Amino acid sequence: MQTNVTTVTGILISVLIFPKIKGIIAFDELKTDYKNPIDQCNTLNPTVDRVKKIKRVRLALKLVLPEYLIHVFFCVMFLCATEWLTLGLNIPLLAYHIWRYMSRPVMSGPGLYDPTTIMNADILAYCQKEGWCKLAFYLLSFFYYLYGMIYVLVSS
Amino acid sequence: MSTQGNANPNSSVNNYSMSSTQNGGGAAPCQNGPGQMYPAMYTASSYYSSAPPAAYPTVAGHSAPPTGKTPVSSTGYSGNYYQSSSGLSPYPAPGTHQYSNAPGQSFQQTAPYAMPAGYYGQVYSHPSQGQTQPQPQQLQPNLMPASSGSNLGAPLYPIVSYPSAPGSSQYGTLRSSQTTAGQPPVSTVMPPPPTQSSLQQYSQGIGATPTPAQPGYGAPPLSQAATVNGQSNAVQQHYDQNLHNPMSHHYAAGPPNSQGPDKERPPSGTPGTSVHSSPQHHPGGDSSSTTTDSASPVPNSYESLEGGGYSDLAAPPAGVPAKQAPPFGYNYPTMHPAYQQNPAPKPNPSPSHGGYNPPGYQPYSQPFPSLSELSSALGGLGGVSELEAETLRPVNLLQERNILPPKRAPPPEPNLSNDLRKVNCSPDTFRCTLTNIPQTQALLNKARLPLGLLLHPFRDLTQLPVITSNTIVRCRSCRTYINPFVSFLDQRRWKCNLCYRVNDVPDEFMYNPVTRSYGEPHKRPEVQNSTVEFIASSDYMLRPPQPAVYLFLLDVSHNAVESGYLNVFCQSLLDNLEKLPGDTRTHIGFVTFDSTVHFYNLQEGLSQPQMLVVSDIDDVFIPTHDSLLVNLKESKELVKDLLNALPGMFTHTRETQSALGPALQAAYKLMSPTGGRVTVFQTQLPTLGAGLLQSREDPNLRSSTKNVLHLGPATDFYKKLALDCSGQQIGVDLFLLSSQYSDLASLACVSKYSAGSVFYYPSFHHIHNTAQKQKFQKDLQRYLTRKIGFEAVMRIRCTKGLSIHTFHGNFFVRSTDLLSLANVNPDSGFAVQMSIEESLADTSLACFQAALLYTSSKGKRRIRVHTLCLPVVSQLSEVFAGADIQAISCLLANMAIDRSISSSLSDARDALVNAVVDCLTAYRANGSNIQPSGLIAPAALRLFPLYVLALLKQKALRTGTSTRLDERVFSMCELKSQPLQQIMRMVHPDLYRIDNMTEQAALHLNDSVIPQPPLLQLTAEKLTREGAFLLDCGSVMYLWVGKCCNETFIRDVLGFQNYASLPSNMTEIPELQTTYSERTRAFISWLLESRTFLPAFHVVKDDASTKTSFFQHLVEDRTESAFSYYEFLLHIQQQMSK
Repeated sequence: MQTNVTTVTGILISVLIFPKIKGIIAFDELKTDYKNPIDQCNTLNPTVDRVKKIKRVRLALKLVLPEYLIHVFFCVMFLCATEWLTLGLNIPLLAYHIWRYMSRPVMSGPGLYDPTTIMNADILAYCQKEGWCKLAFYLLSFFYYLYGMIYVLVSS
Repeated sequence: MSTQGNANPNSSVNNYSMSSTQNGGGAAPCQNGPGQMYPAMYTASSYYSSAPPAAYPTVAGHSAPPTGKTPVSSTGYSGNYYQSSSGLSPYPAPGTHQYSNAPGQSFQQTAPYAMPAGYYGQVYSHPSQGQTQPQPQQLQPNLMPASSGSNLGAPLYPIVSYPSAPGSSQYGTLRSSQTTAGQPPVSTVMPPPPTQSSLQQYSQGIGATPTPAQPGYGAPPLSQAATVNGQSNAVQQHYDQNLHNPMSHHYAAGPPNSQGPDKERPPSGTPGTSVHSSPQHHPGGDSSSTTTDSASPVPNSYESLEGGGYSDLAAPPAGVPAKQAPPFGYNYPTMHPAYQQNPAPKPNPSPSHGGYNPPGYQPYSQPFPSLSELSSALGGLGGVSELEAETLRPVNLLQERNILPPKRAPPPEPNLSNDLRKVNCSPDTFRCTLTNIPQTQALLNKARLPLGLLLHPFRDLTQLPVITSNTIVRCRSCRTYINPFVSFLDQRRWKCNLCYRVNDVPDEFMYNPVTRSYGEPHKRPEVQNSTVEFIASSDYMLRPPQPAVYLFLLDVSHNAVESGYLNVFCQSLLDNLEKLPGDTRTHIGFVTFDSTVHFYNLQEGLSQPQMLVVSDIDDVFIPTHDSLLVNLKESKELVKDLLNALPGMFTHTRETQSALGPALQAAYKLMSPTGGRVTVFQTQLPTLGAGLLQSREDPNLRSSTKNVLHLGPATDFYKKLALDCSGQQIGVDLFLLSSQYSDLASLACVSKYSAGSVFYYPSFHHIHNTAQKQKFQKDLQRYLTRKIGFEAVMRIRCTKGLSIHTFHGNFFVRSTDLLSLANVNPDSGFAVQMSIEESLADTSLACFQAALLYTSSKGKRRIRVHTLCLPVVSQLSEVFAGADIQAISCLLANMAIDRSISSSLSDARDALVNAVVDCLTAYRANGSNIQPSGLIAPAALRLFPLYVLALLKQKALRTGTSTRLDERVFSMCELKSQPLQQIMRMVHPDLYRIDNMTEQAALHLNDSVIPQPPLLQLTAEKLTREGAFLLDCGSVMYLWVGKCCNETFIRDVLGFQNYASLPSNMTEIPELQTTYSERTRAFISWLLESRTFLPAFHVVKDDASTKTSFFQHLVEDRTESAFSYYEFLLHIQQQMSK
């Protein structure tokens, strides 16, 4: 059981890591958009630029729900496997996810990011920081799960 | 400054005139030819270095020999100059000015060009001073012809100056210098840089009009030159002039000299010039368009100049550009070793200048001072200190009873050199909360003041230089538009003041359309004005500029018909149909809605408008694509028919539902191919289809002191729709006229994110509420006729190290520094919070540039650029000294509103109080000489607690007083989207006693006398029963009449016999023919002068029920739930001591 759980999580966690990186890149692009120097077309082109931006937001947005769901799935698996320690490590993040989703801006669809406020420096910085922290957490978890999996494999 | 300059200038002027006359005599000889001329020019430059010294002495005695004596002269000068300069603060502002002035130029940099320029400048300055003016005028006639057959005398002005110029002597000197210098190359160079002067000279040469007097354009200058050549004396004169000139310039208004004249000229008459100041600008941008046309001629005129009379001359100019550059560098070195050191390297302005510049205006000496130089120069100058001392004077707020200044305080002036200050952007357009920018974020944090900008970018301007040119000069790296605060390293290169990249000056930029001269990039209007407008080329278009398209979306449900707004609207639109901004392509359309959506086919040729009803509101479609938006010109009759018929069409409707959401979707579909403006009139809560809303307001909680809920939108339907609209360049303006709760918090989103505006008329009724109706009429009148820009974007750039944190206003933020504005109107303001990301220690000036790219209603793509320049400081006290309390209050209001929506109202209120507490604590911690007791604030911030208290008592932020949710939300919208002046009047209204106005201290404008009663504190204590008081709240004005008010006032001004016979709902002041009445009305109309939306006017009797609305504005008084001013101060003191 444990083996299975750790194996699955090991695979899934990598599924989490890559989207997270993507998300961070998306935010970073948003932030540094203006540094693109001469590309007048972009700056002057409302539709092209806007579409691009909205795509970026959507990208970040698309990644949010799957991430949350996968994480919930982990937690459930850990619960089933009675991995209390691992579960304990993940509960705070789970709680954070729930809080985060509850306090999202008014929105009719699923999602977390509001294109009208995302460019606010505070919010953007927050989202970026959040992205980096979670990336770090997932990376550490990845190695932890990997270690757990190998440990189980070896010991069995 | 003035003092220093004065003595010198006068003398200089005198000399000048003298010299000019002398010159005149000698001038005749000048005419030698162009070739000679050039050399002369050159020499001049060279001479300068040497000459200046001589000149000085000469000034006194005129006897000094021209050549020579650089060292001596320099020393002598430096002494004089220095002194003067030290007095003056500043640095020569951006070298450009100086440049133009000439003196500086000639000296250091542009030898050849500069010379001419210098002359010009001199001449210029003289006129400005007024003393010399006569000369120029006389000359003008002659000049006129010279100016390439330009029609206007005004343009000639510059030319005039030439002749007058004293220059003859100067010229002569120059030549000699040339000869002496023996710089043949220089001479060659000279020709190329056809500056104005050079051109003129050329012309002269061609014309062969030797005598200065001669009508020939060139003649005068030439003559001057000629005279100069031979005579050493002449040289001296030159110097003097130069020296003096600078002086004069400064005096006159340092910057103004150069700028002022330029500005004036264009209007006056440079027909050909591309630059136009368009006075008419405001109306609709139309005027500007016209200017454009005229602008185009410029190049032609230039050509004509060259080719026409002066074909010979023309050739040289063409060649010039390439060669010019070399001369610069060379001249200096060769010519004046001593000088070179300073100037060439661009070194310290002060030392080098000192020697040269007489009046202490270093700027002169440095033709192209770099920013850093300037800044350093500033640092050395002590001029500021007095001002600073005043703004830093500690004030004990608890003891200062009458804290309000008698007049609305002007915004603080940035501590800049006079030159920079004069060119700086108007505070009405561009304002910063801290006029001294702190060097680091740490310093900013210490001051506990918010750093931000308040912008009113599309404001109606009476004078705006409009520039047509093929290439708009921008920094290659950060895309900043060239502006008065860039530094010219030499004539071919300029250094961006935002990113410090060095850029080339394109050839086209070398020609100055205003003065029609060549080789003076620093005199271009872009570099002389901090607010300019460019006509953009197709590079700035994504698609052909859209036509003006207006769609009106009208609520015709029972509720709407009952309120009677349709009549008012239709009448107003009929009256203003001709005045809608636009051209022949203007399109217009109407959609009405109740529970269904009605379209109107207005196709040309129909006998009457055809109504098409779409009842499928779940999936709205456009019944026909062709004729719902019609060309206004072609279908004008049908449109008029429709407007006449509309009010009657729905009089018997029983439909009470409102399908606003579907109607908006329909409007979006209708408009998306073109973009444009949708104007929505809504009178109730939308109840059908997408975007339906429920009532969220609980009337029992209106006066709750606890949290106010529902400040944010209930649904994101309107926001999403607004984003879609914004993407299609559709702006949505919302007029809400409802007597019940309509959830403005949700509805306003449709305007907020599409850069529209929101108007709200609570309890509007055409009969029962005449004040509201009048206000609606007035607003509509303005709304329909005001200028509009379509498909706009605004980018705000700032000096490297600063970054934009948050934007406030109505727009969609597309990128960190880019706002997408589907429509831009002249009445919307924006606020920007900034943060300091990198230390600004290596610069002394911080610049901000807002560039607004839009399509005018005439289909022209235009860019309006505003640039603001502020000093950077490293001391906390200086930061406090430069605080602009009005701007700070406005920015805080914006932040508080964001806070109240994202967090809660009580949070926002606490944050406001904390802002004051923190700031005063920081000041106390910093101040060493402050008494321990009392509540001490620097004078610059003494109104801070008052304004914050007033903010806390605003409808938007107050608690405890019954406030309807919609009114609260509307007040928030206003605070976020109004320009600063309007917000300040709203937050802290002006109170005047007007029943006893005297002519004392009255303003005399034209032929009317405008009394200036002092501002009164906003407290009932200031009201007396015997008086009548005017309270000006921006969008509404109250005239409060006391019970025992002087009967003559009531009779002469209000037109009633006595207090008792005054009606309780008077909404205007009758036009009576008494002096009393005239004086009062003159005062009121003076107050309204600069306002675009006329306020509603109420006469409030002391005993009327409406008086509560008057008294709620007396923010210094205690209310049931809020502090009085004194209590608030004590509260702050208490918080501080914690």
